[in-house]
Amino acid sequence: MTKWNAIMSIEVRDIYKQFGNFIALDNVSLEFPSGQLTALLGPSGCGKTTLLRIIAGLEHADRGAVFLEGENATGAHVRERQVGFVFQHYALFRHMSVFENVAFGLRVKPRKQRPSEAEIREKVGALLELVQLDWIADRLPAQLSGGQRQRIALARALAVEPRVLLLDEPFGALDAKVRKELRRWLRRLHDELHITSIFVTHDQEEALEVADSVVLMNRGKVEQQGAPDAVYQHPETPFVYGFLGAVNYFHGRAEEGRVRVGDTLLHAEAAPDAHGLASGANVTAFVRPHELAIVSADVPDPVGVAAKITRIMGFGAAARIELVGLDAEAQHFEVEMSREQLASQNLVEGQSVRLTPSRIKVFEREANA
Amino acid sequence: MSIVKPAENNANGSEMSSWAKTLILTVLGRMVGTKLIVLWESRHRSRFETNAATREATWVKALILALSLSFFALFLLMPLAAVFSEALRKGWEAYWLALKEPDALSSIKLTLMTAAIALPLNLVFGVAAAWCVAKFEFRGKQILTTLIDLPFSVSPVIAGLVFMLIFSTQQGWFGPLLRAYDLKIVFAVPGIVLATVFVTFPFIARELIPLMQAQGREEEEAAVVLGANGWQTFWRVTLPNIKWGLLYGVILCNARAMGEFGAVSVVSGHIRGMTNTMPLHVEILYNEYNFAAAFAVASLLALLALLTLAIKSWVEWKAEQTAPPEARTE
Repeated sequence: MTKWNAIMSIEVRDIYKQFGNFIALDNVSLEFPSGQLTALLGPSGCGKTTLLRIIAGLEHADRGAVFLEGENATGAHVRERQVGFVFQHYALFRHMSVFENVAFGLRVKPRKQRPSEAEIREKVGALLELVQLDWIADRLPAQLSGGQRQRIALARALAVEPRVLLLDEPFGALDAKVRKELRRWLRRLHDELHITSIFVTHDQEEALEVADSVVLMNRGKVEQQGAPDAVYQHPETPFVYGFLGAVNYFHGRAEEGRVRVGDTLLHAEAAPDAHGLASGANVTAFVRPHELAIVSADVPDPVGVAAKITRIMGFGAAARIELVGLDAEAQHFEVEMSREQLASQNLVEGQSVRLTPSRIKVFEREANA
Repeated sequence: MSIVKPAENNANGSEMSSWAKTLILTVLGRMVGTKLIVLWESRHRSRFETNAATREATWVKALILALSLSFFALFLLMPLAAVFSEALRKGWEAYWLALKEPDALSSIKLTLMTAAIALPLNLVFGVAAAWCVAKFEFRGKQILTTLIDLPFSVSPVIAGLVFMLIFSTQQGWFGPLLRAYDLKIVFAVPGIVLATVFVTFPFIARELIPLMQAQGREEEEAAVVLGANGWQTFWRVTLPNIKWGLLYGVILCNARAMGEFGAVSVVSGHIRGMTNTMPLHVEILYNEYNFAAAFAVASLLALLALLTLAIKSWVEWKAEQTAPPEARTE
């Protein structure tokens, strides 16, 4: 572990945090590589914001240690940690102008380290230029739009030249269009500055698009950490698979590398990751909507799960088809295909079909699940 | 909300003097609390009013307006006018003499001094208590918030009696100790200040707690992350945000401190020229059938009340002016 310390800007070890009876973080250990933008991704209540606040020092962990640039910062005061923190609701000082907001961190420095008025002006000006908002320096936060406030909050955090930058749901309070713009903008800004950054989000699309590395968290534990492409292509747990996109799941039993659902086989050919499973083990097969095919039910000895089409949505780039299982469970399924494919298959609502996956991910079900 | 409970103490007052007290306290208290002034303000004509579908019939509006205006005239304006006309009945000279009289001067001095001591104390206590309640989570917080309200819920007479029981040199808890060091708390200025501090404690804390709770902790957290120490955070972030609420609380606190009768009456001992505050002095003069002098001092209290009202309105107006305009959305 020590050999990594040289390049790990942020490291947390065995962080445990409890609020009353609720375990927010259950022995979380993570390393965040230098100069990278990492997304902490998970559903609300998974502990991601708590972890971020513990790294900043705004929250105190019951157990565990925080290392910033290799030095133990667990007991250090927030002030001394030199982190930049961007709050979900920005927390701009409402009675100060945009300029004074950004200048705050410089003005409260101890007298010896405090830059001169001219230096402050120059630095704040440069930061406002960086976030492309130098033209609104005199305004009050209440006169800004959500996206502008977010950028000012970022400029304010950067003014003190933090060692690491922490962003709590940075796009959470913005509408969809501004979100997308700011996402791209943050990515570009990070490519310019290369400051080690962590941002918290519950939006998997946002995390996969913006971050260099994604940490998936659930119920106070880390489920998986890796590059966006890696976690999307090779999810290690059912939670990760389910959280990273729309998913269909089939409960069944392993049978020589295939999955038997009820009395039919889900697919004809053996799936690579089902090989290791003992025959007869309880498994769940996960299939993404675009990796599930609709095949005709009118063939002898059909393969696939029987279902009935309930709704066809033909707008957008891809058509979406909703189906319901024909067994007692009446499970819902979702299939995505191109519109050409939809047209060629002559599917109609109410039609009975079979569902068979082109690619599946199989996880063994725990005994009590 | 009525700020001062009118006519709270009739223990030793005749019918006339209780009327006088009611009158003074009404002027002091009721006027501060009433929002009747809003009636004159037509600049906030809402859509609700201009829309025919939601507008009330003209006669309903006229009736309600007439009712409230006549109530206003009868219960608020008339007593105020009565105070000044009674005070000036024997002319300006008598009025001036009544105020220049040494006992009256000493009561004015004592009232101003009491307010001058009680205000800064409650300013510090109030801000500290509000800060505690609004920004921190701790065990017993609910009890603390309830305790802050205690002075509002007990009768001021009880408050006065409590200080008698604790600090009386004869039968008080600290009686022997006070006798040993020859200290006097009740029937002296410290007792009056204590009673006033107790009665006026909630004003500032009450004003600030909801305000600080609504503002949350995020701005303070942001300041600390940016490297500010506790004092810088308070001075540069917290205080500017609560400025107007604080000033408002101070004004109300001041009005009550100068007008307080019940608690002060119990602990003061009514020593002329020494422990009489203005309200107490008014009562004594009235009981001696010295009406003109009583009303002269009362008119001074009323003037202070009007001044308080004016400042309060100005603060409200100013706070509204500086309130951030509606946020634009992109």
